[in-house]
Amino acid sequence: MIELQHVTKLYPASARPALDDVSTEIDKGEFVFLIGSSGSGKSTFLRLLLKEDDPTRGTVTVNGKTLNTMSKWQVPKLRRTMGCVFQDFRLLRNRTVSENVAFALEVINKPHRTIKRVVPEVLEMVGLEGKANRLPHELSGGEQQRVAIARAFVNRPLVLLADEPTGNLDPETSEGIMLLLERINRTGTTVIMATHDYHIVDSMRRRVIELNGGQITRDQTRGVYGVGR
Amino acid sequence: MRVNFVLSEVATGLRRNLTMTVAMILTTAISLGLMGTGLLIAGMISDMKEIYYDKVQVSIFLADDVTDEQRSAIEAQLSDSPEVANYLYESKEEAYARFQQQFSQQPELVENTPPDALPESFRVELVNPERYEVIAAEFPNGQNGVDQVRDEGDFLDRLFSLLNGARNATIAVAVVQALAALLLISNTIQLAAFNRRNETNIMRLVGASRWYTQLPFILEAALAGLIGALLAVGGLVLTKVLFVDKTLAGPIKAGIIPPVDWGAIATIAPVIGAAGVGLAAVAAYVTLRLYVRL
Repeated sequence: MIELQHVTKLYPASARPALDDVSTEIDKGEFVFLIGSSGSGKSTFLRLLLKEDDPTRGTVTVNGKTLNTMSKWQVPKLRRTMGCVFQDFRLLRNRTVSENVAFALEVINKPHRTIKRVVPEVLEMVGLEGKANRLPHELSGGEQQRVAIARAFVNRPLVLLADEPTGNLDPETSEGIMLLLERINRTGTTVIMATHDYHIVDSMRRRVIELNGGQITRDQTRGVYGVGR
Repeated sequence: MRVNFVLSEVATGLRRNLTMTVAMILTTAISLGLMGTGLLIAGMISDMKEIYYDKVQVSIFLADDVTDEQRSAIEAQLSDSPEVANYLYESKEEAYARFQQQFSQQPELVENTPPDALPESFRVELVNPERYEVIAAEFPNGQNGVDQVRDEGDFLDRLFSLLNGARNATIAVAVVQALAALLLISNTIQLAAFNRRNETNIMRLVGASRWYTQLPFILEAALAGLIGALLAVGGLVLTKVLFVDKTLAGPIKAGIIPPVDWGAIATIAPVIGAAGVGLAAVAAYVTLRLYVRL
């Protein structure tokens, strides 16, 4: 499903590689926590999967396609098979909840009929059925993140990438978000989540990949956040 | 592609940077207007060349006291000369009639000129207009009834080099203005892309095609280019109506300057429009490729 082979990523501004000879494999339907301190390479890892950046060395394969050789014009197609959620939600402030979700479908040319049908469905799934016409600033942080997840999931992606999705949320709200991500994972979507939240990692007991200075220092199938925290 | 979406993005973009948009439109309009003026002058020059060069190349003005023998001798020499393609005799009366017609807008000048003030002349068309010297040598000034031999082509050359200079200067200014317009377009597009970075970031992440993301920006520039072109054409129309048709009415009527007709403007308008829209769109596209991550 997702494979990194001896991937190294150097940024021009920095002497130390952001990723240093990283090799790993993630299967379809897995739930993976990506942990490590700030600057350990988690975000770079996610960016490479989205082909926001190309690796300096090594190959990245997603869904059977090698991203290194993929042309610019094929990148949108790749991204339609992936959903993204961020710490800062990234919603459009002047659009309502349902417009925010519909936007993701409109810009990839989904027919109106489909949009009308699937947007309420996905809003119900994330628990926002009564708030379709609210604007983002009228929602709590947790609710805004649910909108972002709805937007990421509405196109039924094969992979959901989440970059510290609970970073701005209190523990209870975070728990709700995690339940939602678990539910999405149960539909067969691979979930890769970068996080600092050891409560979550420890309680979920999923695969943990720990990055340190750009290298994988631990890869555990039912891992915890770690002792050295 | 959702037309509504694209159009509303274009409208929002133009409204959000109103000052930049206005600057972009005005610079484009000035540049295109000057370009149009240059093209009109170029057309006028070629019209004038047709009017003048075909008519006359060398004039042989005869002295007041020329005798009939001298006149026929000159005529015989002209008709025998291999250098001469054609010639025409113009009597004092004919010269006066032409003068009256040419200066019909200035009646006081005509009134103050006695009918016999204008010399009779031979208007000579040469096989090779460059060989003026040969004719001048054959008819020395002040001898055998010849008062003066004048190379009209020389005068025309100077006139046309002046007009060509005016045309080149206009086009040069147009090019400089076009450069300014292109930079402004590029700047405006960068601003617009920055203003809409939330939308475009999300579009990028959910896999909107590059065209879908870029098109609103390109259309925005193209629309500004089109408005600029319309203003430029409007400017040319005003110039024709208010300046050419009014101030230059006299010389135009006298046939000294060819008129600027609507046909010429109608021919140039689409060129200006295409140039405005095309350059703006290309500038926007290049800007997006070079400076903006979409």
